[in-house]
Amino acid sequence: MSWYLIAPIVVPMTTAVLAIMLWNNRAAQRAVSAAGAGLHLVSAILLMAQVWQGGILAGQMGEWPAPFGITLVADHLSAVMVLITGIMGLGVGLYSLSDINEDRERNGFHPLYHVLLTGVTGAFITGDLFNLYVWFEVMLIASFALLALGAEKEQLDGAIKYAVVNVVATVMFLIAVGILYGLTGTLNMADLAVRLPQVEQQGLVTTVAVLFMITFGIKSAVFPLFFWLPASYHTPAVAVSAIFAGLLTKVGVYALVRTFTLIFTGDVAYTHTALLVVAGLTMVTGVLGAAAQNEIRRILSFHIISQIGYMVMGLALYTPLGLIGAVFYLVHHIIVKTNLFLVAGVAKRLTGSMELKKIGGLYKASPLLAVLFLIPALSLAGIPPLSGFWAKLVLIRASLEIGSYAIAATAILVGLLTMFSMTKIWGEAFWKPHPGGDVRVLSISDLTATERVLLVGPIVVFAALTVAIGLWTQPFLDLATRASAELLAPAPYIEAVLGPGAGSPGAQQAGAQP
Amino acid sequence: METLMAFTLGFMAAGSVYLLLSHNLVRVLFGLILLSNAANFVIFAAGGMTEGLPPLIAPGAKELTGVYSNPLPQALILTAIVISFGLLAFALVLVYRGYQELGTVDSDRMRLAEPPHPDQDIPEPEEPRRPQVRDASHRVENIRESVGSEPAGREPAGSDAS
Repeated sequence: MSWYLIAPIVVPMTTAVLAIMLWNNRAAQRAVSAAGAGLHLVSAILLMAQVWQGGILAGQMGEWPAPFGITLVADHLSAVMVLITGIMGLGVGLYSLSDINEDRERNGFHPLYHVLLTGVTGAFITGDLFNLYVWFEVMLIASFALLALGAEKEQLDGAIKYAVVNVVATVMFLIAVGILYGLTGTLNMADLAVRLPQVEQQGLVTTVAVLFMITFGIKSAVFPLFFWLPASYHTPAVAVSAIFAGLLTKVGVYALVRTFTLIFTGDVAYTHTALLVVAGLTMVTGVLGAAAQNEIRRILSFHIISQIGYMVMGLALYTPLGLIGAVFYLVHHIIVKTNLFLVAGVAKRLTGSMELKKIGGLYKASPLLAVLFLIPALSLAGIPPLSGFWAKLVLIRASLEIGSYAIAATAILVGLLTMFSMTKIWGEAFWKPHPGGDVRVLSISDLTATERVLLVGPIVVFAALTVAIGLWTQPFLDLATRASAELLAPAPYIEAVLGPGAGSPGAQQAGAQP
Repeated sequence: METLMAFTLGFMAAGSVYLLLSHNLVRVLFGLILLSNAANFVIFAAGGMTEGLPPLIAPGAKELTGVYSNPLPQALILTAIVISFGLLAFALVLVYRGYQELGTVDSDRMRLAEPPHPDQDIPEPEEPRRPQVRDASHRVENIRESVGSEPAGREPAGSDAS
């Protein structure tokens, strides 16, 4: 049993418990929360280093052998997702110390935040479908409470819609898990990959695959199942919507990537074509929705949807280059999107609103914030040399390689439209004068020293990370290449979980054939 | 047995979809409860139904032999019940709190988080109504009226008599 695997789950869980025990001591709660987020990042870095050096890491809980017990597995994709969760968890955790008001802290923001991180990390590391369901629920209940924390009217409105749709999605997940268990008698993902090709009713397997596609589709907000996201993500406190925007939908995408490369590869012609169509429609509807909005966080919420389309596109292409693009896009997008929400939060702090009609003059008042907005915004639109450019380039090349010209054209067009709606935020919030006439817009230097460190610090770090990925792309690309190679040839994954010999030539071929 | 189970499940799922499509959030909640129970039954039915063969290891033996009913689906269902219980309890409180704040359980009237629609004619949410209290006060007024009119009606009669 490897502690590297367990630590990223246990650390935030312990932090949450400690924070609950310190319920009445606000200062101690804040300290524990920040320290816990830091330790989580350390444990994630250790896991990443371990996987980078030693390959896939698998652990059986309670020493029960693989298909019977609970399995934790970390391959390169899981490890990099845990690492990015750690980075976002610490960044947004620090931001929240200044952003979340006292009332919300007293109502348990810090414990809930760490429960959310526990759920997200658990979902990335688990190697068992029922366990994945449990981690989804952990994540979900924390996100419900975080979304409703503060109990403003708008928040309750958003939270009710979010809760109902997501509960339906998890129940569907449970039904699909039940049928899959009935078909194969196992829920261990590696074991499923070996056994599913031997099932006689392949039609039923495809049906279950589509059920999973719908479930994870709701979670990751793809077309036409995205409507709950723009209805709810702009309502809670900024730190909460930033961590939601960065991580929650990506857990859905991760689950899609995991199941549709490891388990459901029997009928690729059908499932992955469906995914490709969905990806194209998701990109287009997301970006058109964004163009119609006039509130910064709503624009950004619709952008999450259109960007999810790119990741699903990488998965749907199902070629080595396509999956490299998907993994690269996942990592890049989590950083950029979280950062944009954080910038929106600072803009609200300086101008008092996020309605584009009501604000303006931010560039004149605070050029630094303008630059900090431009970096993630241009990266999202795919301007070289920022991280988004490489992610889009890889995906478009991958689609041209196998002759899917329609999806390549869609991706380029959507990139242009993204640029358009980013220009809209830029023009309205930063460039035009304040509509109130002589209103003096605050600048970053008007914030107190602590606010500057806690609010602007994470934004600067994330922006630097975006630039770094853009300029020193090779190490990140290497990582994505390794992850993609593991996804397309799951034999080592299966062997790491079930023991040597399990990924036998027969099983290997059934799993790896595109 | 399996056929009966399958039909029951289909019926439950259909009923829950009917409830989920309602405007009324209380009905939607009932739909969710029904759906999550249907999901539990799906696991139960998918796990294979073997009647009267408990998974007990005979004295002296070291493992289960022969045909026995599978205990794993029941463990899965148990977990799922606990989780869905928590989620549904939270959802119920959320809807109740929403009713307190927004004054409605009609999902069509919950448009606060959405931008105003250009040709929107959906009425604003009303203040929370308290029908019972109002009914009671109504009744008290009725009684008072009738009580007040009775003496008024009786008095002239009494004065007539005197």
